[in-house]
Amino acid sequence: MPEVLKAPLVVEFPFTRSLGPVQSAFLTGLRERVVLGVRTADGRTLVPPVEYDPVTAEDIRDLVEVAPTGTVTTWAWNHAPRRGQPLTTPFAWVLVRLDGADTALLHALDAPGPDAVHTGMRVRIRWAAERTGAITDIACFEPYDGDRAQPAGHTGEFEDPVTGIVAAARLDYTYSPGRAQTAYINALSGRRTVGERCPSCRKVYVPPRGACPTCGVATSEQVEVGPRGTVTTFCIVNIKAKNLDIEVPYVYAHIALDGADLALHGRIGGIPYDEVRMGLRVEPVWTEGSRYPDHYRPTGEPDADYDTYKELL
Amino acid sequence: MTSAPGDRQIAVVAFAQTDHRRTSEDLSEVEMLMPVLHEVLDRTGLKTADIDFTCSGSSDYLAGRAFSFTLALDGVGAWPPISESHVEMDGAWALYEAWTKLLTGDAGTALVYSYGKSSPGSVRDVLTRQLDPYYLAPLWPDSVALAALQAQALIDAGDTDEPALAAVAARNREAATENPHAQLKEPAPQGDYLVRPLRTGDCPPIGDGAAAVVLAAGDRARELCPRPAWIRGIDHRIEAHGLGVRDLTDSPSTRLAAERAGAFERPVDTAELHAPFTAQEIVLRKALRLDDGVVVNPSGGALAAHPIMAAGLIRIGEAAARIHRGESDRALAHATSGPCLQQNLVAVLEGEPR
Repeated sequence: MPEVLKAPLVVEFPFTRSLGPVQSAFLTGLRERVVLGVRTADGRTLVPPVEYDPVTAEDIRDLVEVAPTGTVTTWAWNHAPRRGQPLTTPFAWVLVRLDGADTALLHALDAPGPDAVHTGMRVRIRWAAERTGAITDIACFEPYDGDRAQPAGHTGEFEDPVTGIVAAARLDYTYSPGRAQTAYINALSGRRTVGERCPSCRKVYVPPRGACPTCGVATSEQVEVGPRGTVTTFCIVNIKAKNLDIEVPYVYAHIALDGADLALHGRIGGIPYDEVRMGLRVEPVWTEGSRYPDHYRPTGEPDADYDTYKELL
Repeated sequence: MTSAPGDRQIAVVAFAQTDHRRTSEDLSEVEMLMPVLHEVLDRTGLKTADIDFTCSGSSDYLAGRAFSFTLALDGVGAWPPISESHVEMDGAWALYEAWTKLLTGDAGTALVYSYGKSSPGSVRDVLTRQLDPYYLAPLWPDSVALAALQAQALIDAGDTDEPALAAVAARNREAATENPHAQLKEPAPQGDYLVRPLRTGDCPPIGDGAAAVVLAAGDRARELCPRPAWIRGIDHRIEAHGLGVRDLTDSPSTRLAAERAGAFERPVDTAELHAPFTAQEIVLRKALRLDDGVVVNPSGGALAAHPIMAAGLIRIGEAAARIHRGESDRALAHATSGPCLQQNLVAVLEGEPR
């Protein structure tokens, strides 16, 4: 078996999220170096605050300022910070119950080493220099042996409150397509199209995905198909795609390669877009260095009879 | 009411799983899954067409492959269209959905499967994306870090210490020597701190794998399996989502799910616990009131093999398989999801008297 193909795959997504009134007040407060909690009906103060009571699910809106100082309730020493985490040097993850709060907030504690951290230690917020209304407006916590800071009794009303956050995320993968698709891609690099036949129903799948979706069994017998094929159906594309240097309008078609029982799709070129039709016989056009056909063009053969491809629509 | 009504009993009649490996890069997800689907059907003699309902659990984030669960369906033989559903959760919750479907009488047999391919990505980072997007996810607290906060809370409370955690790791991996599918099959040194107080040995192996279960109702179950594992009760419960709101040393959601599933009505002889981190087994044993007479994780548990999204279903499958083999008469299976035992499912399985 040839070596498995692999390629880096980066998935990046900036989620734009709106905020409820309590979250908005809390994150706006961080921007202004004010920490707000929310009071529940039974008189507890939740920090970070939530929109609904965790026990009763009631709406809660009673904002109350708490101190930027607090006590570590549990911790974990992170000697190897990972991408995106609050500090790039070794730090402690901490849950901190701020003075005036009944629940704890997760963040990082900047400390010289694990021996300098313990549950019950006193800490205070170190504010980020640039603040936008996000949990990262708290740069981290730092050890603090001074007095309890007194909150000023902020109402939670701000000018220009933040109404949303953009949460950027990036995940890095090493993608591997598996056995069947690896064989398909390897064959394509030799300008051959190789599908796989189902041992049960005998259908040939192109591209193969390793299983027959009708029979639920592995496909393994490799079958070279094409290179010529028949247009089974098509559409005319009138909107230019981003990062795609193709003049519109153009035709995108389902093409049943000779010997295949499933149509694949590709662009049709070498013929005016309004002359493409079902049954048109086509062949792939390869460009130098490409790993797959650039497009398909007419072969000049007579059109295929409808009966020869009607099962492949 | 979360116990099955007396007139319609549902059982696990077959279970299969892959060998769990650090990487399955030579296989696509459906290629990894398909042999397990065939094996579980072969055990019952059922064909795809005999299955009334199919339900799966998986997460596209693990391998970074969008809509991978639709591709995985190729392995079921889903064309012409079948009655099918999917949860973006561990397969234990897919089993819960299938159980409710069978209870309605709409289905007599169900296929439940799940799979996880963690090897293409960095799973510690991937799992940060399941967290609260406002207060937690922007800090990228990885799965080991959150489990370490829970472990330290237990140590501070006097519920455990590092030697006790090491003993949990050793006992699970010792048990896994009898499990041909396990990824870690023998006790190993605890190793260095990953995130203190958790060492490498306190954490689950990262790997790829799949599992499948067949459920059947009433007499159908008796036809398909000499000793069906009857689901006497099953329930799942969740904690408040704020980590700092919770008491991390306890698991009230597990206790409540167990109570609702009838776990405390009579003692169990076996428990398969989904505790990916050693400290979590301490929490679960307490919440489930398991004494030393109960055989816990004879499979080696999640510390021996942890294909994410399948590891919970495997707990139910392992417990059921022991009943099938006559090694247990009443077993508890537990599955968890999310950070620090956020959400918990408990099932109680029984075999008929021998």
